[in-house]
Amino acid sequence: MRGNVYVYILVMAVTSYLIRVLPLTLIRKHIRNRFLQSFLYYVPYVTLAVMTFPAIVHATQSPVSGLIALVVGVVTAWFGFDLFKVSVCCCSVVFLAELFLV
Amino acid sequence: MKSTPSPYALRLPENRAWLKKGVKDGIPIGLGYFAVSFSLGIIAKQAGLTPFQGFLTSATVNASAGQYVGFVLMAECATYLEMALAILVANGRYLLMSTALSQKMSPSLSIWHRLLIGNFIVDEYFGIAIAQPGYLNPNYYYGAILFASPLWAIGTALGVIAGNLMPARLVSAFSVALYGMFFAVFIPPARKERTILILVIVSFFLSWAAGVVPFLRDIAEGTRTIILTVLISAAAAVLFPRKIYHEEESEA
Repeated sequence: MRGNVYVYILVMAVTSYLIRVLPLTLIRKHIRNRFLQSFLYYVPYVTLAVMTFPAIVHATQSPVSGLIALVVGVVTAWFGFDLFKVSVCCCSVVFLAELFLV
Repeated sequence: MKSTPSPYALRLPENRAWLKKGVKDGIPIGLGYFAVSFSLGIIAKQAGLTPFQGFLTSATVNASAGQYVGFVLMAECATYLEMALAILVANGRYLLMSTALSQKMSPSLSIWHRLLIGNFIVDEYFGIAIAQPGYLNPNYYYGAILFASPLWAIGTALGVIAGNLMPARLVSAFSVALYGMFFAVFIPPARKERTILILVIVSFFLSWAAGVVPFLRDIAEGTRTIILTVLISAAAAVLFPRKIYHEEESEA
Protein backbone atom coordinates (compact mmCIF):
# COMPACT_ATOMS: atom_id res chain seq x y z
CA MET A 1 0.00 0.00 0.00
CA ARG A 2 1.33 3.40 -0.88
CA GLY A 3 0.37 6.37 1.29
CA ASN A 4 -0.80 9.64 -0.16
CA VAL A 5 2.13 12.02 -0.72
CA TYR A 6 0.21 15.00 0.62
CA VAL A 7 -0.73 13.17 3.81
CA TYR A 8 2.94 12.24 4.26
CA ILE A 9 3.94 15.87 3.85
CA LEU A 10 1.23 16.93 6.30
CA VAL A 11 2.43 14.41 8.90
CA MET A 12 6.01 15.62 8.48
CA ALA A 13 5.04 19.27 8.74
CA VAL A 14 2.77 18.89 11.78
CA THR A 15 5.23 16.71 13.71
CA SER A 16 8.13 19.09 12.99
CA TYR A 17 6.06 22.10 13.95
CA LEU A 18 4.92 20.68 17.29
CA ILE A 19 8.48 19.77 18.30
CA ARG A 20 9.60 23.31 17.61
CA VAL A 21 6.73 25.38 18.82
CA LEU A 22 5.81 23.72 22.13
CA PRO A 23 8.85 24.76 24.20
CA LEU A 24 8.82 28.22 22.66
CA THR A 25 5.19 28.88 23.58
CA LEU A 26 4.97 26.94 26.86
CA ILE A 27 8.18 28.23 28.47
CA ARG A 28 7.54 31.92 28.74
CA LYS A 29 9.39 32.64 31.94
CA HIS A 30 13.03 32.62 32.77
CA ILE A 31 14.14 29.35 34.23
CA ARG A 32 15.62 30.03 37.66
CA ASN A 33 17.08 26.65 38.48
CA ARG A 34 20.86 26.99 38.39
CA PHE A 35 21.53 23.62 36.78
CA LEU A 36 18.94 24.14 34.04
CA GLN A 37 20.14 27.67 33.41
CA SER A 38 23.72 26.50 32.99
CA PHE A 39 22.61 23.54 30.88
CA LEU A 40 20.62 25.72 28.50
CA TYR A 41 23.46 28.23 28.31
CA TYR A 42 25.85 25.53 27.10
CA VAL A 43 23.43 23.70 24.76
CA PRO A 44 23.82 25.99 21.72
CA TYR A 45 27.62 25.91 21.68
CA VAL A 46 27.80 22.19 22.28
CA THR A 47 25.18 21.27 19.71
CA LEU A 48 26.71 23.49 16.99
CA ALA A 49 30.17 22.09 17.71
CA VAL A 50 28.86 18.52 17.61
CA MET A 51 27.13 19.16 14.29
CA THR A 52 30.19 20.82 12.75
CA PHE A 53 32.82 18.20 13.35
CA PRO A 54 33.42 15.74 11.75
CA ALA A 55 30.50 16.59 9.40
CA ILE A 56 32.44 19.40 7.68
CA VAL A 57 35.12 16.92 6.61
CA HIS A 58 32.53 14.65 5.00
CA ALA A 59 30.58 17.47 3.34
CA THR A 60 33.18 18.24 0.67
CA GLN A 61 34.35 16.17 -2.26
CA SER A 62 37.74 15.70 -0.66
CA PRO A 63 38.21 15.38 3.12
CA VAL A 64 41.37 17.50 2.82
CA SER A 65 39.43 20.51 1.55
CA GLY A 66 36.96 19.99 4.41
CA LEU A 67 39.83 20.07 6.90
CA ILE A 68 41.23 23.22 5.32
CA ALA A 69 37.79 24.83 5.60
CA LEU A 70 37.74 23.82 9.28
CA VAL A 71 41.07 25.50 9.98
CA VAL A 72 40.21 28.61 7.96
CA GLY A 73 36.80 28.85 9.66
CA VAL A 74 38.25 28.58 13.16
CA VAL A 75 41.06 31.06 12.47
CA THR A 76 38.92 33.71 10.73
CA ALA A 77 36.22 33.46 13.41
CA TRP A 78 38.86 33.65 16.15
CA PHE A 79 40.13 36.92 14.69
CA GLY A 80 36.67 38.42 14.64
CA PHE A 81 35.47 38.05 11.05
CA ASP A 82 31.68 38.23 10.93
CA LEU A 83 29.36 35.42 9.99
CA PHE A 84 29.17 36.27 6.32
CA LYS A 85 32.93 36.66 5.86
CA VAL A 86 33.78 33.46 7.70
CA SER A 87 31.30 31.63 5.53
CA VAL A 88 32.62 33.10 2.28
CA CYS A 89 36.22 32.29 3.31
CA CYS A 90 35.27 28.65 3.98
CA CYS A 91 33.47 28.26 0.64
CA SER A 92 36.31 29.95 -1.27
CA VAL A 93 39.10 27.80 0.16
CA VAL A 94 37.13 24.64 -0.59
CA PHE A 95 36.61 25.80 -4.17
CA LEU A 96 40.27 26.72 -4.59
CA ALA A 97 41.60 23.63 -2.84
CA GLU A 98 39.49 21.33 -4.97
CA LEU A 99 40.88 22.84 -8.16
CA PHE A 100 44.06 21.03 -7.16
CA LEU A 101 42.72 18.13 -5.15
CA VAL A 102 39.87 16.78 -7.23
CA MET B 1 -6.15 58.31 18.60
CA LYS B 2 -2.98 56.36 18.48
CA SER B 3 -2.59 52.90 19.89
CA THR B 4 0.81 52.08 21.37
CA PRO B 5 2.90 50.42 18.68
CA SER B 6 4.15 46.94 19.28
CA PRO B 7 7.81 47.08 20.43
CA TYR B 8 8.81 45.17 17.31
CA ALA B 9 6.76 47.10 14.73
CA LEU B 10 8.65 47.87 11.53
CA ARG B 11 7.67 51.54 11.90
CA LEU B 12 10.51 51.84 14.41
CA PRO B 13 13.89 52.37 12.69
CA GLU B 14 15.77 50.02 15.04
CA ASN B 15 13.48 47.18 14.01
CA ARG B 16 14.10 47.89 10.35
CA ALA B 17 17.84 47.82 11.11
CA TRP B 18 17.42 44.39 12.73
CA LEU B 19 15.47 43.16 9.71
CA LYS B 20 18.26 44.33 7.41
CA LYS B 21 20.92 42.69 9.55
CA GLY B 22 18.88 39.49 9.42
CA VAL B 23 18.71 39.59 5.63
CA LYS B 24 22.48 40.09 5.47
CA ASP B 25 23.21 37.19 7.81
CA GLY B 26 20.65 35.17 5.85
CA ILE B 27 22.73 35.40 2.66
CA PRO B 28 25.32 32.73 3.54
CA ILE B 29 22.51 30.61 4.96
CA GLY B 30 20.58 30.94 1.72
CA LEU B 31 23.57 29.99 -0.42
CA GLY B 32 24.24 26.93 1.69
CA TYR B 33 20.54 26.07 1.66
CA PHE B 34 20.39 26.31 -2.09
CA ALA B 35 23.15 23.72 -2.50
CA VAL B 36 21.78 21.38 0.15
CA SER B 37 18.16 21.60 -0.96
CA PHE B 38 19.23 20.98 -4.53
CA SER B 39 20.67 17.62 -3.53
CA LEU B 40 17.61 17.01 -1.36
CA GLY B 41 15.52 17.50 -4.48
CA ILE B 42 17.36 14.63 -6.13
CA ILE B 43 16.28 12.36 -3.27
CA ALA B 44 12.72 13.68 -3.53
CA LYS B 45 12.69 12.82 -7.20
CA GLN B 46 13.85 9.30 -6.44
CA ALA B 47 10.94 9.01 -4.00
CA GLY B 48 8.61 9.91 -6.86
CA LEU B 49 7.76 13.47 -5.88
CA THR B 50 6.90 16.19 -8.37
CA PRO B 51 8.75 19.55 -8.24
CA PHE B 52 5.68 21.10 -6.58
CA GLN B 53 5.56 18.40 -3.91
CA GLY B 54 9.28 18.87 -3.26
CA PHE B 55 8.71 22.61 -2.93
CA LEU B 56 5.76 22.06 -0.59
CA THR B 57 7.74 19.71 1.65
CA SER B 58 10.62 22.15 2.00
CA ALA B 59 8.32 25.11 2.52
CA THR B 60 6.42 23.40 5.34
CA VAL B 61 8.96 21.11 7.02
CA ASN B 62 12.18 23.20 6.96
CA ALA B 63 14.51 20.42 8.01
CA SER B 64 17.30 18.85 6.01
CA ALA B 65 17.84 15.59 7.84
CA GLY B 66 14.15 15.29 8.65
CA GLN B 67 13.13 15.72 5.03
CA TYR B 68 15.78 13.31 3.86
CA VAL B 69 14.41 10.65 6.21
CA GLY B 70 10.89 11.55 5.12
CA PHE B 71 11.64 11.10 1.42
CA VAL B 72 13.31 7.76 2.06
CA LEU B 73 10.26 6.59 4.05
CA MET B 74 7.90 7.74 1.30
CA ALA B 75 9.88 5.65 -1.17
CA GLU B 76 9.54 2.69 1.20
CA CYS B 77 5.78 3.26 1.56
CA ALA B 78 6.04 3.57 5.35
CA THR B 79 2.94 4.06 7.51
CA TYR B 80 2.00 7.56 8.67
CA LEU B 81 2.86 6.60 12.25
CA GLU B 82 6.34 5.48 11.22
CA MET B 83 6.72 8.77 9.43
CA ALA B 84 5.74 10.76 12.53
CA LEU B 85 8.13 8.80 14.76
CA ALA B 86 11.04 9.10 12.33
CA ILE B 87 10.51 12.87 12.10
CA LEU B 88 10.35 13.06 15.89
CA VAL B 89 13.75 11.39 16.15
CA ALA B 90 15.38 13.20 13.24
CA ASN B 91 14.16 16.59 14.44
CA GLY B 92 14.36 15.99 18.18
CA ARG B 93 17.22 18.43 18.53
CA TYR B 94 14.84 21.25 17.65
CA LEU B 95 13.10 20.58 20.95
CA LEU B 96 16.35 21.46 22.73
CA MET B 97 16.96 24.45 20.49
CA SER B 98 13.44 25.72 21.04
CA THR B 99 13.89 25.43 24.80
CA ALA B 100 17.19 27.29 24.65
CA LEU B 101 15.68 29.93 22.39
CA SER B 102 12.75 30.41 24.77
CA GLN B 103 15.30 31.79 27.26
CA LYS B 104 16.59 34.21 24.66
CA MET B 105 13.22 35.87 24.20
CA SER B 106 11.63 38.67 26.10
CA PRO B 107 9.01 37.05 28.38
CA SER B 108 6.52 39.54 26.98
CA LEU B 109 7.08 38.46 23.37
CA SER B 110 3.62 37.75 21.97
CA ILE B 111 2.31 34.31 21.15
CA TRP B 112 2.09 35.24 17.43
CA HIS B 113 5.80 35.87 17.18
CA ARG B 114 6.44 32.61 19.02
CA LEU B 115 4.15 30.63 16.71
CA LEU B 116 5.83 32.12 13.66
CA ILE B 117 9.45 31.81 14.80
CA GLY B 118 8.73 28.28 16.03
CA ASN B 119 8.06 27.17 12.49
CA PHE B 120 11.58 28.22 11.49
CA ILE B 121 13.72 26.78 14.25
CA VAL B 122 16.54 25.22 12.28
CA ASP B 123 20.23 24.82 13.01
CA GLU B 124 21.24 27.86 11.01
CA TYR B 125 18.72 30.46 12.21
CA PHE B 126 19.14 29.17 15.74
CA GLY B 127 22.89 29.61 15.43
CA ILE B 128 22.77 33.22 14.31
CA ALA B 129 19.97 34.14 16.74
CA ILE B 130 21.90 32.83 19.74
CA ALA B 131 24.90 34.93 18.70
CA GLN B 132 22.98 38.22 19.05
CA PRO B 133 23.32 40.19 22.29
CA GLY B 134 20.38 40.50 24.66
CA TYR B 135 16.83 39.48 23.89
CA LEU B 136 16.17 38.33 20.36
CA ASN B 137 14.56 40.92 18.12
CA PRO B 138 12.15 38.82 16.04
CA ASN B 139 12.73 41.08 13.02
CA TYR B 140 16.30 39.82 12.85
CA TYR B 141 14.98 36.28 12.62
CA TYR B 142 12.41 37.26 9.98
CA GLY B 143 15.07 38.97 7.87
CA ALA B 144 17.12 35.79 7.66
CA ILE B 145 14.00 33.74 6.89
CA LEU B 146 12.93 36.13 4.12
CA PHE B 147 16.19 35.66 2.27
CA ALA B 148 17.08 32.05 2.97
CA SER B 149 13.86 30.06 3.28
CA PRO B 150 12.56 30.74 -0.26
CA LEU B 151 15.92 29.50 -1.57
CA TRP B 152 15.46 26.34 0.46
CA ALA B 153 12.08 25.61 -1.13
CA ILE B 154 13.00 26.74 -4.65
CA GLY B 155 16.28 24.79 -4.50
CA THR B 156 14.37 21.61 -3.69
CA ALA B 157 12.01 22.08 -6.62
CA LEU B 158 14.93 22.78 -8.96
CA GLY B 159 16.71 19.72 -7.60
CA VAL B 160 13.72 17.58 -8.58
CA ILE B 161 13.71 19.14 -12.05
CA ALA B 162 17.42 19.23 -12.82
CA GLY B 163 19.27 17.61 -9.95
CA ASN B 164 22.24 16.43 -11.89
CA LEU B 165 23.08 19.70 -13.62
CA MET B 166 24.73 21.62 -10.78
CA PRO B 167 28.53 21.18 -10.94
CA ALA B 168 29.79 19.01 -8.05
CA ARG B 169 32.53 21.61 -7.43
CA LEU B 170 29.97 24.27 -6.57
CA VAL B 171 27.84 21.95 -4.43
CA SER B 172 30.99 21.02 -2.53
CA ALA B 173 32.05 24.64 -1.98
CA PHE B 174 28.59 25.81 -0.89
CA SER B 175 28.14 22.88 1.44
CA VAL B 176 30.61 24.35 3.95
CA ALA B 177 28.79 27.71 4.08
CA LEU B 178 26.65 26.43 6.95
CA TYR B 179 29.65 25.28 8.97
CA GLY B 180 31.40 28.58 8.31
CA MET B 181 28.49 30.29 10.02
CA PHE B 182 28.62 27.94 12.95
CA PHE B 183 32.29 28.85 13.51
CA ALA B 184 31.36 32.51 13.59
CA VAL B 185 28.83 31.64 16.31
CA PHE B 186 30.79 29.44 18.69
CA ILE B 187 34.43 30.47 18.17
CA PRO B 188 34.27 34.08 19.45
CA PRO B 189 32.68 33.06 22.79
CA ALA B 190 35.19 30.20 23.00
CA ARG B 191 37.95 32.77 22.72
CA LYS B 192 36.42 34.81 25.52
CA GLU B 193 35.41 32.01 27.88
CA ARG B 194 37.74 29.19 28.73
CA THR B 195 34.83 26.87 29.62
CA ILE B 196 33.29 27.17 26.16
CA LEU B 197 36.65 26.56 24.50
CA ILE B 198 36.99 23.32 26.47
CA LEU B 199 33.42 22.35 25.57
CA VAL B 200 34.01 22.95 21.86
CA ILE B 201 37.13 20.77 21.88
CA VAL B 202 35.39 18.03 23.89
CA SER B 203 32.35 18.20 21.57
CA PHE B 204 34.52 17.88 18.47
CA PHE B 205 36.33 14.93 19.95
CA LEU B 206 33.26 13.06 21.23
CA SER B 207 31.32 13.75 18.05
CA TRP B 208 34.16 12.24 16.05
CA ALA B 209 34.48 9.32 18.48
CA ALA B 210 30.75 8.58 18.38
CA GLY B 211 31.02 8.25 14.63
CA VAL B 212 33.67 5.53 14.76
CA VAL B 213 32.96 3.55 17.95
CA PRO B 214 31.00 0.34 17.20
CA PHE B 215 27.30 0.49 18.24
CA LEU B 216 27.42 4.26 18.68
CA ARG B 217 28.20 4.80 15.01
CA ASP B 218 25.07 2.84 14.06
CA ILE B 219 22.82 5.33 15.83
CA ALA B 220 21.32 7.84 13.39
CA GLU B 221 23.21 11.10 13.22
CA GLY B 222 20.31 13.21 14.49
CA THR B 223 19.90 11.01 17.55
CA ARG B 224 23.64 11.07 18.21
CA THR B 225 23.57 14.86 18.14
CA ILE B 226 20.82 14.90 20.78
CA ILE B 227 22.52 12.37 23.05
CA LEU B 228 25.89 14.13 22.87
CA THR B 229 24.38 17.57 23.35
CA VAL B 230 22.45 16.50 26.44
CA LEU B 231 25.35 14.58 27.99
CA ILE B 232 28.04 17.18 27.37
CA SER B 233 25.88 20.16 28.36
CA ALA B 234 24.64 18.40 31.49
CA ALA B 235 28.18 17.47 32.51
CA ALA B 236 29.26 21.07 31.91
CA ALA B 237 26.34 22.39 33.96
CA VAL B 238 27.46 20.21 36.89
CA LEU B 239 31.19 20.90 36.54
CA PHE B 240 30.98 24.57 35.60
CA PRO B 241 27.68 25.91 36.96
CA ARG B 242 27.09 29.51 36.00
CA LYS B 243 26.17 32.34 38.28
CA ILE B 244 22.40 32.65 38.44
CA TYR B 245 21.49 35.59 36.30
CA HIS B 246 18.74 38.04 36.89
CA GLU B 247 16.17 39.41 34.51
CA GLU B 248 18.08 42.55 33.53
CA GLU B 249 21.49 41.11 32.70
CA SER B 250 20.55 39.75 29.35
CA GLU B 251 23.53 40.92 27.37
CA ALA B 252 25.89 38.13 28.31
